[in-house]
Amino acid sequence: MKTGSLFIRTPEGIVFSQTLASPVLRFFAWFIDIACIQVVMSVVGVLAIVMGAISFQFAEALYVLGWFVVGIGYGIFFEWGWRGQTIGKKLFRLRVVDVEGMKLQFSQIVMRNLLRCVDTLPVFYFVGGVTCCLNSKCQRLGDLAANTVVIRLPRVTEPDLDQLLAGKFNSFRQSPHLVARLRQSVSPLEANVALQALLRRDEFEPVSRVELFGELATHFRRVVEFPADVTDGMADEQYLRNVVDVLYRTRTDSTAKKLAPAV
Amino acid sequence: MIVDLPRFIATERPFWSELEKRLDHLEAEPNARMSLAQVQEFHQLYERTAADLAKITTFSSEPETRRYLENLIGRAYGEIHETREKQRRFYPLQWFFQTLPQTFRQHVRAFYLSLAITIAGCLFGGAAIAFDPPSKAVLMPFPNLQQDPAQRVAEEESATHDRLEGVKVAFSAELMTHNTKVAIFTLALGVTWGCGTIIMLFYNGVMLGAIAVDYIRAGQTKFLLGWLMPHGVIEIPAILIAGQAGLMLALAIIGRGSRLSLRKRLRDVSPDLVTLIFGTGLLLIWAGFIESFLSQYHEPIIPYEVKIAFGSVQLVLLYLFLSRSGRSKPVKPGGNKL
Repeated sequence: MKTGSLFIRTPEGIVFSQTLASPVLRFFAWFIDIACIQVVMSVVGVLAIVMGAISFQFAEALYVLGWFVVGIGYGIFFEWGWRGQTIGKKLFRLRVVDVEGMKLQFSQIVMRNLLRCVDTLPVFYFVGGVTCCLNSKCQRLGDLAANTVVIRLPRVTEPDLDQLLAGKFNSFRQSPHLVARLRQSVSPLEANVALQALLRRDEFEPVSRVELFGELATHFRRVVEFPADVTDGMADEQYLRNVVDVLYRTRTDSTAKKLAPAV
Repeated sequence: MIVDLPRFIATERPFWSELEKRLDHLEAEPNARMSLAQVQEFHQLYERTAADLAKITTFSSEPETRRYLENLIGRAYGEIHETREKQRRFYPLQWFFQTLPQTFRQHVRAFYLSLAITIAGCLFGGAAIAFDPPSKAVLMPFPNLQQDPAQRVAEEESATHDRLEGVKVAFSAELMTHNTKVAIFTLALGVTWGCGTIIMLFYNGVMLGAIAVDYIRAGQTKFLLGWLMPHGVIEIPAILIAGQAGLMLALAIIGRGSRLSLRKRLRDVSPDLVTLIFGTGLLLIWAGFIESFLSQYHEPIIPYEVKIAFGSVQLVLLYLFLSRSGRSKPVKPGGNKL
């Protein structure tokens, strides 16, 4: 079954997933790599021209060998040096990894690059592309033989929880019965949408942010209606912060204040 | 499950950061060795982070933290659970004189199979030329091989100038790259359950057999040997070794009689395939030099006897190299392999 993720279960029973790269992304990355190879070959070509002034046959040999070495060695060199990444893969945040989550071995890198000649048959990665589309882990023949997969690297950042206003006064808590009803009515997915909107507030355009927070606040207002004296004059964003605060924080305000500096 | 996320992260973050720091260090310096205490600490950090991941996976929210922890666990998992021998420093001479011939002998049955397929091709090609001479145009699609062998020998022996003058180095480079591409392709086609490799080997055999019979029928055996032997005794075995590697790949994929999983079989055979194909590449570099600088020169420039003797010496040396070299040294699993 095609899932788009590679799931690995550790002996400790922990399952972690890696997002598999789509064939389209891989094609774009390959396109960049082809461009890089062309650039390197242009440099080799210039060197060959310079050398041609001394010896034409050596210049020709340099060019022929250069094409061969760069064509075959480019992927091997970068994937080994950059732990599974070429320039194209780096740009598209892709990485070659072992299918079982083990360390990538040199022989695996060589194998997947040597088998590229079969994957590119007859033109434009047709064999590799078809295999990739049919395979549940999006592997081309080279990946199958080398036990590798290409994953997409997430932008891994430590979560910034300052947006949650931990420890600050929340007027919603004055109505504990409504807070309880809100917790009961809101699904985990809805809670997560609200949390993510707050965590990523700085990534949005100002206008889009106002619109998004407005829509979310309206949604939560419909779920549970807090008294007018609590919500009057409250901005949509503040409303959302209060909602997230009561959904995710279960302790009393006094405990929150104690822990707040640690966050 | 509703959780006090800030508190959870505040408590656990120092451990995640420490694990991340150690992983960065390990990845930046693959040869670094940890002391027992450091290994224990590293393992504890891994287990704690894994437990955190297990905990946060049950949370109804926080995909960012989960992704972050999955990334950390993914990296640490490879470091901790890798059972293959750590890649040590590579010693080229040891690899060439021990690992390569040992690997060749370890899988010599695949080489014999590769040889048998090529011989079958030779017999087919030879028979086709012997019984149907006009088939030469199909079997040998190279213009310089289409002419009558006797006529070619006469032209070569009466040549007054060096037709490779000024292009020998480039010609040699072209031969090396072309033959190495053929070898890589022969190996790679093993992924087609060996069908592609068998076709390549058979086709090479057909051409070889056809050329041999064509020249022998024309009474040019001595020229044939003098022309082909200096480079052929290296080039042909090199392609056979590439075929051996292709067949090994095919056998690993087919897995007949093996209880191991496909993944395990491929994992086991992969370093040997790389060793053989790199060895093939080296042999073909040598063959390219010889073909360009020696094989294309005939009598009266170089006597055929000298060329045949040179070829014979190379063949004996290659045989000794593949059959004897590294025999006294024990075969280490994963030892100095690429």
